[in-house]
Amino acid sequence: MFSLDQWQEIIEAILANKVRTFATAFGVFWGILMLVLLLGAGQGLQNGVQQNMLLDAINSIWIIPSRTTMAYQGMPAGREHPFFEEDLESVADNVAGIDLMSPENQLMGEFEVKYGNRSTSFPVFGADSEYFGIKVTQKVINGRSINPLDDRERRKVCLIGNKAAEVIFAEGIDPVGKYVQIRGVNFRVVGVFSFESSAMDQAQRIYIPFSTFQGIFNPDRDVTLFAVTTAEGFSGKKLEADILKFAKQRQTVHPDDNSAYWVHNQEEQHRSVTNLFLAIKIFIWLVGLGTLTAGIVGVSNIMIIIVRERTREIGVRKALGATPASVIGMILQESVFITTVAGYTGLLLGVLLLESVNKALTALGADKQYFNRPEIDLRIALSALAILVVAGAIAGFVPALKAAHVKPAEALRSE
Amino acid sequence: MLRLENIHKYYPMGNQTLHVLRGINLDIEAGELVSIMGASGSGKSTLLNIIGILDNQDAGDYMLDGRQISMISETMAAGLRNRYIGFVFQSFNLLSFKNAAENVALPLYYQGVSRRKRNAIAMKYLEMVGLTDWAMHLPSEMSGGQRQRVAIARALIAEPSVILADEPTGALDSSTSAEVIEILKRLNADGKTILIVTHESDIAAQTRRIIRIHDGVIVDDDLDPAHVQS
Repeated sequence: MFSLDQWQEIIEAILANKVRTFATAFGVFWGILMLVLLLGAGQGLQNGVQQNMLLDAINSIWIIPSRTTMAYQGMPAGREHPFFEEDLESVADNVAGIDLMSPENQLMGEFEVKYGNRSTSFPVFGADSEYFGIKVTQKVINGRSINPLDDRERRKVCLIGNKAAEVIFAEGIDPVGKYVQIRGVNFRVVGVFSFESSAMDQAQRIYIPFSTFQGIFNPDRDVTLFAVTTAEGFSGKKLEADILKFAKQRQTVHPDDNSAYWVHNQEEQHRSVTNLFLAIKIFIWLVGLGTLTAGIVGVSNIMIIIVRERTREIGVRKALGATPASVIGMILQESVFITTVAGYTGLLLGVLLLESVNKALTALGADKQYFNRPEIDLRIALSALAILVVAGAIAGFVPALKAAHVKPAEALRSE
Repeated sequence: MLRLENIHKYYPMGNQTLHVLRGINLDIEAGELVSIMGASGSGKSTLLNIIGILDNQDAGDYMLDGRQISMISETMAAGLRNRYIGFVFQSFNLLSFKNAAENVALPLYYQGVSRRKRNAIAMKYLEMVGLTDWAMHLPSEMSGGQRQRVAIARALIAEPSVILADEPTGALDSSTSAEVIEILKRLNADGKTILIVTHESDIAAQTRRIIRIHDGVIVDDDLDPAHVQS
């Protein structure tokens, strides 16, 4: 049935009937092109917004003690209640559902960051190795991150943001392995990170191990804030409540004093962002399915018209010995071939357009805050194409079946 | 070669039925040259369609070369049309997007003959009807007489034993009509059984047997007409 000769016969018919071919091809081509552009634009929007809003791991919770607002057990309102290292250890030991956990302290007061005779000023933070699993938007681009061994052995090492590195080191110098002086203490640079969120730029930060930080710069051993991530199977909301309940008890804070801690629960924010994306996705899919439906209806109509137009030809072919199967095969093979080629062309052009938009955005240095990397899931595009091709085939099959079984005498009478 | 017994054919017309053929009995031997005459609406084309298995009878028996033609599958009918019957139509029925050679070769496509081989055979048949130089032309570039000769070549390529011509000269002027009839007569002389449906008596006069149909019945079967002998 799918012999070379039959293909030649079909290609001949396709080339000889350009208007008919174009009419069939264009509907599919246009439908797929629009779908690809639409899905690509939607993904671009999502990529842009997601990058804009997502700072940390989506299951992270950040907790900073502030002042109490309620008097409790003889303690006045307005009291400060900083965390100490033991508080964090106690939280880690007593609250279930924590995966990663890290404190964060910032070096306060006047200090310089020096390399050779270059003197600069960048914020310096102390954090545990697990911190870098929580702050996922920081990507190490050179060297390594701070590791558990650095924590344990209180190594004098540091991880620096690429923006800071550009200023501290002259061009052409690899920062990794060099020593920088922070408030008179030498730290070896083990890695450089970039900050991959447009919401905030923290690439000028310098991190040193928390244990080192406390030992050298913070004899008081207090902790400004800490972050955790929720373990698999635990709820972020529940974990937040458990940690606060435990901390309040430990720090003698009124159980109802919700202003005593500043909490940022990424999961909550993530949920609202996710809902927004879901709404956008549903909208895009509705429009996309509409486009696809229009394409299917278009192809179906054209197939019906084509079969009607070819009724006389079918009559002639049958008079000359064409079997019903060969007639159906001819019509279907032609329609499937045309829709596949047209759909694939639409897909290709769509992807090329998305790519060039992306290139143009990058080249123009456009603000990618709300639109970035328009792209489409190839599987979705190919399924859409398959749906159109199959729909075209089914749409062609019914009239083809009818035409194939019409008496040749009747078919030959049609105009 | 052909035997029809009590053939009936009805056509639904709105909520009535039209009784087109009312019991046709006909025997045609191999090698005959027969014309079927009748006014329009007499049923002569319907009869030819049934003989060509382009349509089926509603009652009666039809035997083609000893084979019962009723209740056969469409695929089988297609095979019989392909190998036993060559058609020549009033309106030529060439495929407009195929050139003369490809049109002629089409019946062999349905026999699975390779492209190269069937095009070579098609050239032989085009030569036979004097159209070698027109092989690569589309039907739209040819005159009516040339198109009908292409159609005749196409009807012959599968070497059928029966040629059915439905008003083959209906769309042609008198000189080209004469050419076409000459070709058909020559083919008959070579042994083909030929049936011509016509309403022109001068065409019918050139055949050896004239069957006249009126209102779906054969009113006259003039075997071996006297004027042919004279």
